[in-house]
Amino acid sequence: MAEAGTIREIAAALRSRRTSASELARAAIARAKADAYNAWLVVAEDHALVQARAADERISTGDAPLLCGVPWACKDIIGTKDVETTAASRILDGYVPPYSATVVERLDGEGAVMVGKTNLDEFAMGSSNENSAFGPVHNPWDPSRVPGGSSGGSAVSVAAGEVTFALGTDTGGSIRQPGALTGIVGMKPTYGRVSRYGVVAFASSLDQVGPFTRTVEDCAIVCQALFGQDPSDATTMPLPVEDLRRDLDRGVKGMRLGVPKEYFIAGIEPGVERAVRAAIRELESQGAAIEEVSLPSTDSALGVYYIIQPAEASANLARYDGVRFGLRVEGPDLVETYKRTRGAGFGAEVKRRMILGTYALSTGYYDAYYVKAQKVRTVIKEEFERVFGKVDALVTPTSPTVAFGIGAKVNDPLQMYLNDVFTLPVNIAGLPGISIPCGLSEGLPVGLQVIAPYYKEATMFRVAAAYERATMHHTLRPTARDSRPQEVRS
Amino acid sequence: MSEIDPGVVRYVADLARIALTDEEVDRFAAQLSVVLDAVGKLREVDTEHISPTASVLPLENVLREDEAREGLTVEEAMRNAPARDGDLFRVQTVIEERPSGG
Repeated sequence: MAEAGTIREIAAALRSRRTSASELARAAIARAKADAYNAWLVVAEDHALVQARAADERISTGDAPLLCGVPWACKDIIGTKDVETTAASRILDGYVPPYSATVVERLDGEGAVMVGKTNLDEFAMGSSNENSAFGPVHNPWDPSRVPGGSSGGSAVSVAAGEVTFALGTDTGGSIRQPGALTGIVGMKPTYGRVSRYGVVAFASSLDQVGPFTRTVEDCAIVCQALFGQDPSDATTMPLPVEDLRRDLDRGVKGMRLGVPKEYFIAGIEPGVERAVRAAIRELESQGAAIEEVSLPSTDSALGVYYIIQPAEASANLARYDGVRFGLRVEGPDLVETYKRTRGAGFGAEVKRRMILGTYALSTGYYDAYYVKAQKVRTVIKEEFERVFGKVDALVTPTSPTVAFGIGAKVNDPLQMYLNDVFTLPVNIAGLPGISIPCGLSEGLPVGLQVIAPYYKEATMFRVAAAYERATMHHTLRPTARDSRPQEVRS
Repeated sequence: MSEIDPGVVRYVADLARIALTDEEVDRFAAQLSVVLDAVGKLREVDTEHISPTASVLPLENVLREDEAREGLTVEEAMRNAPARDGDLFRVQTVIEERPSGG
């Protein structure tokens, strides 16, 4: 089974009649079914074949968008009409949404073919994909290691060549970090660029939907379809969407790129730092002016994030009460039914965050934790804005480490949370960020993060594409592809 | 700091309507104390004259025309219900009946 091609390769093959959308869909379904990494929760075979037939008809008219007939995978926190959506939680086991998220409808409108739903950390709470109620996802580069999280299944579906692109959600790094750990492109748009309507809400002031792809160009193509105001989501910005591919070939000559010194801290693996420093030198050799900058409050970002995010989550997850949908575990009275339902339906990490978030919002702690965190959020945001007065974009490591072993950090929540120290400040400020492959350390992928000012995704793609062209790290493939994990489900 | 002891975990879990086992209470108390110690670093940041950010969006009061639109049918809205009684979600008694003659 050949791996899925890029969007441009597929578009050319479909238009020259070398293949059909139905043939591509059947191949993608076969790869998804043969997946050995527990990346998929649902393979939606019938749904995909119906979409593929419609795509073939559209292509035969000679007027089809680039994404028409392209197979993709959807993180199972994004609602899909008539296709089970669980957020990898027991509390939503069996839930079938009566409508699709706006992002799914937009891809449907382009004629893209959704192959199925991918595994994740329960309600997107995690950085390793070990918090899924349906078992961990394994990294194709080394199946004894995690793929990152929370969008681990989506990352693996692309990294293992099963589909051309996938959607994830990113609240503190949940697209960029698994993108880095599996050696592919993962991108979080500016807050307000993409509709969240129909997406299971986690932390509403931080969540954004974005793509996983093999190449920066594919990422821009998918973003072009996703971006734009949605009347059903009042947090989408009423902005025109420019051609996101317009600057892909411009190169970085004359650009000013900032390297924040607080992103090279104790705790970063030497191999990761080496790869990222080499990437920065490469950009410099292409004519970018590299400037060291400072974001002094970076070490407070983790604290801000672990107050605001669980606080918002504890409010959002109040809806899982066993009344209108999902699991219900009956108790002697209604309040006891709520407690038993939530006690049985939520996994350990979700419970931890509900406790932490409820605590931070409770009387006596609200000002000391929640309001304080919101104020430091302002400080962090303003530090980024000041730096972007001097530079066009920032380049940093995506994650301090390469993929770690399954089980290595499960009993130490703080160590797990530290995976996201370089990605979560971007969510706190609401900026766009992308992770692109920048080589290997100990045989495992390292990610380079590019952060741009608000709504400057085209600038971010310009830097990422220039680096990608020069190094070709994105063509590296998992070497452990054929070594299957001993046990797929835990 | 370690403000979170098992009693606090029990109290907050009750507010959050989550049943926990004794083992979970003890484990979460220990783990969340470590997390809160790390979060405590926030206190070192001077925020004397800083206003809080609830959302980074420069938007407020997003309005649209008050026009009727198609919504879900009753059947679509009800189909995931754990228990129903016709077109109603069925739950346990919330308010006890007053004893008659009182």
